[in-house]
Order: sequence, then structure tokens, then C-alpha cells
Amino acid sequence: MELLMSIVVGILFTAATYLMLSRSLLRIIIGTGLLSHGAHLLILTMGGLKQGASPLLGEEASLYVDPLPQALILTAIVISFGVTSFFLVLAYRSYQELGTDDMDQLRGHDQNE
Amino acid sequence: MNNFIILPILIPLLTGILLIFFNKRFAVQKAISLLAAASSVVIALCLVQMVYTEGIQSLYLGGWEPPFGIILVADQFASLLVLTTSIIGLAAVLYSFRTIDRERERFYYFSAVQFLITGVTGAFLTGDIFNLFVFFEVMLMSSYVLIVLGSTKIQLRESIKYLLVNVISSALFVITVAYLYALTGTLNMADLSVVISENGQTGIITVVAIMFLVVFGLKGAIFPMYFWLPGSYYAPPSAVTALFGALLTKVGVYSITRVFTLIFYHDTGFTHQVLAWLSAFTIIFGVIGAIAYSDIKKIIIYNILTAVGVILFGIAANTSSSVLGSVYYLVHDMIIKCALFFLVGAIAIITGTNDLRKMGGLIKNHPFLGWLFFVSAISLAGIPPLSGFIGKLKIVEGGFEAGEYAISMVVLLSSLLVLYSVLKIFINGFWGEQVMTTEQEKGNTKGMLLPIGLMAGLSVAFGFGIELVSPYFTQAAEALLNPEIYIQAVLKE
Repeated sequence: MELLMSIVVGILFTAATYLMLSRSLLRIIIGTGLLSHGAHLLILTMGGLKQGASPLLGEEASLYVDPLPQALILTAIVISFGVTSFFLVLAYRSYQELGTDDMDQLRGHDQNE
Repeated sequence: MNNFIILPILIPLLTGILLIFFNKRFAVQKAISLLAAASSVVIALCLVQMVYTEGIQSLYLGGWEPPFGIILVADQFASLLVLTTSIIGLAAVLYSFRTIDRERERFYYFSAVQFLITGVTGAFLTGDIFNLFVFFEVMLMSSYVLIVLGSTKIQLRESIKYLLVNVISSALFVITVAYLYALTGTLNMADLSVVISENGQTGIITVVAIMFLVVFGLKGAIFPMYFWLPGSYYAPPSAVTALFGALLTKVGVYSITRVFTLIFYHDTGFTHQVLAWLSAFTIIFGVIGAIAYSDIKKIIIYNILTAVGVILFGIAANTSSSVLGSVYYLVHDMIIKCALFFLVGAIAIITGTNDLRKMGGLIKNHPFLGWLFFVSAISLAGIPPLSGFIGKLKIVEGGFEAGEYAISMVVLLSSLLVLYSVLKIFINGFWGEQVMTTEQEKGNTKGMLLPIGLMAGLSVAFGFGIELVSPYFTQAAEALLNPEIYIQAVLKE
């Protein structure tokens, strides 16, 4: 199971890298979304995917899955939510101000402010 | 257990929250910021003294014993950096009073500054690797706000790049933590160190170590991950650039130091050699940039790179004197970069340009500013009685002890070029023919001389009073060289 998940995460990272190297800003942001998906899945995988009950003590099982990676993922998810929404608004603002979403046209020289 | 050590995080955090409610009342905003910044300095001073007399302080948050809970650890290295951070925070707040316009102040500028300081001090004080990630994000998010606040065209353009680079490096950080967790099963730094020393630093641990180098190298701008820095730091106002230049990259440097002296120190042959060469290239590319430009802000920005390289070379050489030198140089560099960004900001306000070719003869009307710049410039280069000397001396001494002759020579030669790059500003900007008369000047230095004088004076005092403060720095370097001290203090074995 871990092997399959690793391959899937690898595909996500590949797609993310490809998108982040493209010219359109929106594609880049989609790439960052995929990148954080990959990272979160990787934490879950690296925490181990053994069989066990959900980490709720009411389940009264003999084995539970590791609760720590889940807490880490939850933290990482809200952080990447915050950053992504900031990034989207930034992209919107810069489209309004600069009139382009092409990263090649965002190259600038220092004095042309 | 000591609840006192959470105060350097708590005060800026609560102040930041409080300031949200006063965004339209400028006087109240300024008074609260100033009060909080000043009290942070006092508390950081107490912290340094406390760690000096009583050893490493730790706090188990929520009363959970390590490695199960999150802990805060204040060793002398972290405490000294917290003190420097709070002093820079105070100076930056003072400098912002005069240089930041009403529009920015109204949109939560001072809150963002306080949250930035929360993130930085938190990153210095935490003893947990995932918590370090969270404090990194606190710091970075406030830096995103500060870099784009005002939304001029250049700021929008550069913050997209800055944000993208940091999103990628944060994802890499999460990935690296995931690998480390899979290998060791713990997140507490001291416990990580124990687990790795018990099981030996295998090849895969070295891979994770190099991944950490990439992650923190992206934050701390080392070669070849520095490409985002010159553009990004150029965009925001000088007060913000001063905060960034003095604090943000140094958190990356701190994290590299912490990780490579506490956790991955069992196989130094490979990792430290890589670090040494990367820092050598960082120095070289930094000085090339610094001498290439005739833009005053760009020159100082490239000098950040050089300093990062010098500090990390001291860590990589890993002898007792080079690590001590790195601690000295880190504190010195935070202070002096802050002073220099303030100074170039003041020059830009007076002349209305960053271009060195369009200015000259400033010394006639601004003698005090000119000599402050001169003192800061030679202090940056490391001229003996001033603060940059002792750190570089120790680093080079340690570098020769470790047999790294080539890179030590690079460090020495870089001082010369650094001196050339800043004296170029002094000679072209302050000497020569006067370009503009008093009437033509775009602004005055009213209210700016106090924070500039504070930072430059501190740098001079640090240089002259080196014997007074050296016991503190020796203690800091000792804990870095003997990770057992840190582990003992945290895990109480």
C-alpha cells in the first residue's frame, strides 16, 4: 500500500513541478495546490498505513492508526489554505494592476516602477 | 520548567492582535507598538541573563514531558538571537514611524510587524521540528503581507515570485519532516538527536540532512538557492527590507546551524563539506553582485548573501573557534544589516533615487548621516575595533585549523570586496560634487537618525565591549559544540 501511495505522490509532484514551470500564473497556483496535496499524502504515507481503528478512544480497538501524522496534516492543510487564498488574491490584484498573467511579462527592471 | 521563556513570543503576538482593533488610530497604534517593542527588549535582556546564570531553560507546553509535547528551549544561542531580534524590532518600529505612510499604517502594517517578530522569536525558541515549520509559516505569512502592502507594481510583481518560492520551500519542509518522522518516529529535536546517535547516521539520514539544507538554504538564501532574494528584497520600503534583511535570512541560517550541530553531526565528512563549498560559492556570488551594481539598495542586498556564506562557513568548519566566530558574526550581521538598510533608506529619501550615479556631496548637508554610514560600512567589512572583526577573525582561524585554506582565503578576500562595495556608496554618495542643494532635496532625515544611531551605536558598542559580552557568546558556542548539553537540559536524562 505504501508503495502505491509513494508512486501516486510521485506523480502528483511531477504534475506540480510541470505546472509550476509554466508561464500562466493560474497554472502555477494549480501546481502549488497539487504540490501541497502531494506533501500531505506523503505525511500520511510516511506515518505508516497499517490497519487499525480511527484514533477515537470510543472505538475501543486494540490497535489504532497513528494520530500524530493526522494532526500534522491538519495543521499543514490550514496553513496551505491560508497561503493559497492569499496567493489567489495576489494573482487577481496583479492581474488588475499589471494587466497580465504571463510570468514572462512579469520580468522587470528595477527602474521601471 | 520556566514560564518566562514564552514571553518573547507572547508579547508580540498579543500586541499584534491588539493592534488590529486600532488600525485607524495612528497615535494609539504607534504608542502600543513602541511600548511592546521596548518591553520585549527588557524581557529578552532578562532571558539572556537568566540563561547565563542558570543554564538552558525549557518550558513544556501544557505540562507534557518531552518528547511527547511541544517544548520551548532557550539556550544561550537562541536567547542572544531573541535579544538581537527584539532590538531590531524596536529600531524598525521607530524607523517606521517616519518612513511608512498613512495608507500602509491603516492597513495593519504594525500588526504585521509584530506577527513577523512572533514568528522569528518562535523559530529561535522552539525545540520541535514541526513547530519550527509552523513558526516559519507565521513569519513568512507576515512577510508576504509586508512585502506586498502598498501594492505598487514592483511590489506585486516581486511578491508573486517571493510567495511562489516560499510555498515550494514550505512544501519541501513538510516532505522532509515526513521522511524524518518515518525514519525516527519523533519530532522533538533533542529526541531526534538521541535516536539518530543510537541508530547511527545511515545514508538515508544523510539524504534527509541534505534536504534540510535545501529547505533552509531556500529560506536563508545560500548558493544556488538565492536567486529570489535580490528582486524580492528590493521591492518593499526600506523599513521592511531592514526587517527582512536582518531577520528572515538569519532564521534560515539559525535553522541550518541548529540542525547540523544538534541533529546531523555524526557524519560530518560529507554534509559539512557540502555546506562549506556552498557557503564559499554564496560568498563569491554575493560579492560579485555587490560590486556589480550601482544601486545602493542592491549593493546592501547582495551583502546579505556574503554574510550568510561567512556564517555558514564557520558552522561547516566545525571547530571551536569557527563556531564561536559564527555566533559573533551572526549577531553582528543582524545589527549591521539593519543599520545599513536604514541608512540607504534615508539616503533614498533625501535624494529621491537609489542610483549612485545621480547623487553626490551629501556630506555637506548631512555630516552626521555620512559618518554613521562610514562607521557602519567599515564595521561591515570587519575593521578591527568594530564589531565585524572578531567574528571573521575567529571564523578564519577556525577555517585554517580545519584545513580549509582555500575557503578561508575566500572569506578574507571577500572582506576587501565588501569594503569596496560599501565605500563605493560612501565615496560617490557622500563625497564629490554636491548634486542637489538643500531646496532640491526630496526629504529630510528628521526622526530617522535616532533608530540609525541606535543600531550603528550598538554595533560600535558591540565591537568595543567584546570582552564584556564574550562569556555569553562562549556559552552559546559551547552548547552548539556539545549537543549533549542541550539534550541533557531538555530530556533530563
